[in-house]
Amino acid sequence: MDISFDKVSYTYQPNTPFEHRALDEVSFRINSGSYVAVIGHTGSGKSTLIQHLNGLLQPTSGEVKVGEYHLKANEKNKQLRKLREQVGVVFQYPEHQLFEETVAKDIAFGPQNFGVPQEEIHRRTREAVKATQIHEDLLERSPFDLSGGQMRRVAISGVLAMNPQVLVLDEPTAGLDPNGQKEIMDMFHRLHKDKQLTTILVTHSMEDALAYADHIVILNQGKVYMESAPLEIFKQQQALEDVQLDVPEVIQFVTKVRDQLGVELEYTGQSIAELAKELTRIVKGDRVYE
Amino acid sequence: MGNTQIEFRNVSFRYQEDMPWVLKDVSFTIYNNEWVAMIGHNGSGKSTIAKLMNGLLFPQEGEILVDGQPVTASTVWDIRRKVGMVFQNPDNQFVGTTVRDDVAFGMENHGMARDLMLERITESLEAVGMNGYERHEPHRLSGGQKQRVAIASVLAVSPQYIILDEATAMLDPKGRKEIMETIREVQSARDLSLITITHDLLEVTQADRVIVMNKGEIWMEGTPRELFAKKEQLIEIGLDTPFVSKLADELKDAGLPLTREPLNHQELLEELWTFHSTR
Repeated sequence: MDISFDKVSYTYQPNTPFEHRALDEVSFRINSGSYVAVIGHTGSGKSTLIQHLNGLLQPTSGEVKVGEYHLKANEKNKQLRKLREQVGVVFQYPEHQLFEETVAKDIAFGPQNFGVPQEEIHRRTREAVKATQIHEDLLERSPFDLSGGQMRRVAISGVLAMNPQVLVLDEPTAGLDPNGQKEIMDMFHRLHKDKQLTTILVTHSMEDALAYADHIVILNQGKVYMESAPLEIFKQQQALEDVQLDVPEVIQFVTKVRDQLGVELEYTGQSIAELAKELTRIVKGDRVYE
Repeated sequence: MGNTQIEFRNVSFRYQEDMPWVLKDVSFTIYNNEWVAMIGHNGSGKSTIAKLMNGLLFPQEGEILVDGQPVTASTVWDIRRKVGMVFQNPDNQFVGTTVRDDVAFGMENHGMARDLMLERITESLEAVGMNGYERHEPHRLSGGQKQRVAIASVLAVSPQYIILDEATAMLDPKGRKEIMETIREVQSARDLSLITITHDLLEVTQADRVIVMNKGEIWMEGTPRELFAKKEQLIEIGLDTPFVSKLADELKDAGLPLTREPLNHQELLEELWTFHSTR
C-alpha cells in the first residue's frame, strides 16, 4: 500500500502548559512494497509517527494516506477497523501484551475480533508459526511458560495472523541476543519479499537500516531531517554527526582506511569478504612488481 | 588488600524443584578492580548470576563469597553495601521525586549520617556528570540520564562491585555512549570492580576479561582477544563476533597474514598500514 504524510503535525495536550509538538509538518512518501527504516533519537517523534499509520493517533493538522484510507485532523475515519486489519504493528517488547491461556488462543485473538472464520484462523495460525519458527507442539502451551525469545515470536505470530499488507516494526529485536536478532530480522525480510509487504522499521541500528531497508527517513525534533537511499544517507557522515547519529561501522572503517592509508576505497555495499579482497589488493598492490 | 573478590564455588541454581537447572556447577572469581563482561544467549543464566551476587536469590548448591563472607539471608545487607546493581529498565528503578532524593534513598536504607549523605550525593552526581540536576524529576530525564542517576545512586553507597545488568539495552545510541563513557571514567577513577552483562559486542571489547555463559554453564573465560578468535564456536552458541574480527578473518582468508587478532579499528588499521608501507 502506498503511504504518504502531507504536512502532518501532532501536538500532545494542546492548549495546556504541557503542550508538546511531537511532529512538525512532516511530509514523505512510502511506495507500496518498499522497506523503509525510520531512525531518530528518543523524543524525535518516531513513536508518534507510527501511531498515525493505523489510526491510533489522528493528525492535529495535515493528512495521512494509507492506501485508500485517509486520516485528517478533526475528521472521523469510519474505516478505522479496515485500516487496522491491514496495518499490523509490532510494538516494542510485544511479548508484554500476551494474555491468553494458550499460544493458539493468543495468536487467534486478533483475527477473531475481526470476524475471520475459524477454519481460516487455523490456517493462518499454522502459517504464522511456521514463519516465526514456533514448533506446533507449543500451540497448546501457556505463552507464559515459554522463554523470552519464544514469547516474542508468539506475539509476532499474532500480528502476522491478521494478514496485514503493511507491517510496522518498532525496534523488534530489542533485548534479544545477537543470534535471535538476526533470526527475527531475516524472518521479517523474508516475509516482506514473499508477501510483497510494505514494511516500516523503527530502529536505532544503522547496521539493520543498511542491511534491510531500501529507503531511510531520519527524524529529528519532530521534523524530517533527511531521507534517501541508505548509501546516500550514509555518505553524509557530518550531517548525521550533527544530530549525534553514527554511520554503520563498515562505512566508518572504510572512511578511516581512505584517510589514514591515503588510498582509493569506496563503500558501495560490498560484503565483508568482498571488502577484504579489495583491501588485500590495495595494500599488497606494490608487491606485484617485486 | 586481603580478600577483596567475589567468588562463586560450584554454584547450581533453579527457580523451582521441578524446573531445570538454570546454573550448573558454576565457579569463577571476580578480582579487585577489574572489568568483567558477561555474555551469553538469552536464558544462558547471566542475569541469574547477577541476582545471586547480591543476594536477590540464593543457590541450592555451592556457595558465593563476597570478600570472604558467604552470601546468606543474614549477611545480605552487608553484601548489598558492597555489591551495587543497575538494571535494564531505567523507568523501573526510581523511588524519589527528585534526583537528589533518589540518590539519597540507597544511603538512607544503609542508615548513613546526613552530612555524609549530602557529601556523597554531590560527589556521585559529579562522577556521572549529572551535577546540577539535583532538583529535577527523574521521570523527565532522558533514558541515558536516568541510567546515569541510577549509577550515581549505586556509587553513593560506595560499593566495591557494581553489576550492570544490560543497563544500556533500552537506550538509544546516544544514551548508550553516555553510559559507556560514565562507566569508563568511574572505573578508572575509583577502586572498584565492574561486572557488565551485555549483548553489545563493542562493549565486550573494552572489558579486561570476559565470561561467556552457555546453557547455564561457563563456556569460556578469557580476554576479549582470546574470545573473538573463536568465531565459529561463538556463532554455534548463538553469539557473534564484532565487525573488526569478521573483517580480520576474511583478510586472513584473502591472503593477508595478520600478526594478531585486532580488537578495534585502530589495531586493524595499523596492521594494514604495515603491509601497505613495506615493499
